[in-house]
Amino acid sequence: MSAAIDLSLYAKPDDDGRLSMDLAVEGVTCGACIGRIEGAVKQLPGIAEARLNYTNRRLHVVWSDGAVEPARIVEALEASGYHGHPFVPLRAEQEEAAEARRLTRCLGVAGFAAMNIMLLSVSVWSGNASDMTSETRDFFHWASALIALPAAAYAGRPFFQSAWHALKARSTNMDVPISIGVILALAMSLFETAHHAREAYFDSAIMLLFFLLTGRALEHAMRRRTRAVAGNLAALKADTAHRFAGEEVVTVPVAALRAGDRLMVKPGERVPADGTIAGGRSEVDESLITGETGRRRVAPGDTVYAGSFNYDGALTLTVTVAGGASLIDEIEKLLEKAAGAKTHAMRLADRASRIYAPVVHAAAALTCIGWLAAGASWHDAIVTAIAVLIITCPCALALAIPAVQVVASGALFRANVILNAGDAIERLAEADTIIFDKTGTLTLPEPRVVNPERVDSDLLQMAARLAMSTRHPLANAVAREAVARVPYEGAVEEPGRGVRAIVDGVEARAGSAEFCGAPQLAALPGLSHIYFVHGARSAAIAVTQSLRPDAAETIARLRALGLDLRILSGDRPEAVRPVAAALGIDKWGAALKPGDKIGLIEDLQRQGRKVLMVGDGLNDAPSLAAAHVSLSPISAADLTQAQADAVFLGERLAPVAEAVIVARRARALMSENLWLAVVYNAVAVPVAIAGLATPLIAALAMSGSSLLVTLNALRAKRGGAA
Amino acid sequence: MNVLVYLVPLALGLGLAGLFGFLWALRSGQYSDVEGAALRILSDDDVENKS
Repeated sequence: MSAAIDLSLYAKPDDDGRLSMDLAVEGVTCGACIGRIEGAVKQLPGIAEARLNYTNRRLHVVWSDGAVEPARIVEALEASGYHGHPFVPLRAEQEEAAEARRLTRCLGVAGFAAMNIMLLSVSVWSGNASDMTSETRDFFHWASALIALPAAAYAGRPFFQSAWHALKARSTNMDVPISIGVILALAMSLFETAHHAREAYFDSAIMLLFFLLTGRALEHAMRRRTRAVAGNLAALKADTAHRFAGEEVVTVPVAALRAGDRLMVKPGERVPADGTIAGGRSEVDESLITGETGRRRVAPGDTVYAGSFNYDGALTLTVTVAGGASLIDEIEKLLEKAAGAKTHAMRLADRASRIYAPVVHAAAALTCIGWLAAGASWHDAIVTAIAVLIITCPCALALAIPAVQVVASGALFRANVILNAGDAIERLAEADTIIFDKTGTLTLPEPRVVNPERVDSDLLQMAARLAMSTRHPLANAVAREAVARVPYEGAVEEPGRGVRAIVDGVEARAGSAEFCGAPQLAALPGLSHIYFVHGARSAAIAVTQSLRPDAAETIARLRALGLDLRILSGDRPEAVRPVAAALGIDKWGAALKPGDKIGLIEDLQRQGRKVLMVGDGLNDAPSLAAAHVSLSPISAADLTQAQADAVFLGERLAPVAEAVIVARRARALMSENLWLAVVYNAVAVPVAIAGLATPLIAALAMSGSSLLVTLNALRAKRGGAA
Repeated sequence: MNVLVYLVPLALGLGLAGLFGFLWALRSGQYSDVEGAALRILSDDDVENKS
């Protein structure tokens, strides 16, 4: 990089007049990297602190103002072999970190209280069986109350608050029965203690809170981890733009651009922001936006969109706000509609809790009435009814789903799939139809050489090394074929035409047919070509969007899973047909506008199908929002990625199949876990109704069932490939 | 049974000490990078290079 980037946008001042910056670091693979990265940064003058968080691959640097340019930090990392990408931590991420700390504090308090109360309770249980005096027992009960009441008031807040909000909005959620159960259990125990009773349920109430908080903390930790990875990926993707400051050109991060800025876009770069062309002519590839692989000629006055690839000429661009562009407008309108029309799939846990609460409360009420009818005292009837509430409190239910989600999201993570939405696993498992976009989804986002076997290998190697001297996108495809990644010295680029260099004493040229003087070579129809001449020898290297390397294999796997596969593309039919044929997909549509795609998806969903949409283009964003569940590759347009339920990394298509397999297994385990919880209740509730649920039995039953569902959840860990 | 009068508060006090230890560790960021801590202990950057 010749010009240093102006990164002052990312430097935050702190109280002591120092500046700090957070960077997502790429290439951290082992423990030794920690020392190397921190060492490289600390060598710079004025660095007060450099600490790498290995868990989320982020580096926090603090330096005294003016001592060092932020760009020097990135350069120092670069020099030691790592890529650092500065970013501003998202607000949502900070809020979640605060929430996670709160949950962990509550969990700590509940754990402390549960352990100490259990210590006292075990003494009471064994004392009740032998010769404990009632004074000693009362002392133990009061001590339990002393621990339980403040602990519950503190650790129960997440549930009480959520239940209160639900009640205020005249609805109900899982936290309402939980709160009622805990409060009643504590109140009854206090009453019983005051009346010198043999049994109190302080331990049950606190243990309940402990298990429920564990479930909640697990769920939260999973969300935070995926959010951190998504944040890093966004930082990795963040591009820079060349902005005119007067006559000078400064490289700035895209986040610093404002409407009205004038930018320079060099050939072979992506357009960093929406804008109108103020000067220059070129061809742009808008496949990331429209899905169409053909190129569009642009001239001053034309509008170009962020994400377009600039091919031939340097452009001067005036940044506009997205509102002015008709295509973006249309897509945003469709997005709004699609998001509004989407029926919110009810989560498994919500469905379970909707049935659960009325059943449990009815059972408790019936128990009370039944015992009264059988002639028991009010006191005994109410105590038994509360015991029913305690023993049915949904520990297992609250752990059954988060535990599976955590383990499954870990498995997805290893399969290179990163979840955006927590309930995506359940919806992924339900999908029965997959709709693929073509460009950038089934095919690789970058073009590739299609006929390497038809070109003499030494000639291809020469062309590839020569092509490394230019940033032209077609040449990049050729350069990727190079085995020895060494460009030729003295290579000269003639903009818009090609590159030339002296190789083995003879001039070699790569570029357009005219430039190479080799128009007689047969060109493959419908493909772009890079021509190459070296003395008397010449070659035509065909370059096109090629399928992801494992596309055919993955499609076959998905078909074997019983999924209905389709392709809907915005590209021309003659570009879609060969892809569909190569993959054996007979249902495909081409030249579709974003609105058409949504229409087709909605038709399918009206027939009761659950559609998984896989797409990357800006034109796919509304379809992703409309579909039941959606995936997009990491190379997708930002707006599109924000709509997707999950993002997959890498060049392979396999993560799509892995995601479906892992999700299906996770879903099976979730319902298995729910059934385990039902079976547990079927055994425990009659015991409680019969009035036999002593605190000892309640404690055993609750911890036993929670352990069981957690262990069962661990089975989701086994890899999807096996 | 008089022994309980100081044994129970003692047990409680120990438990509370553990709880405050945990809360302190949480606040001082000991849990923010659990993987890194496991690897940092292996680095020898505090040892003089002997070779």
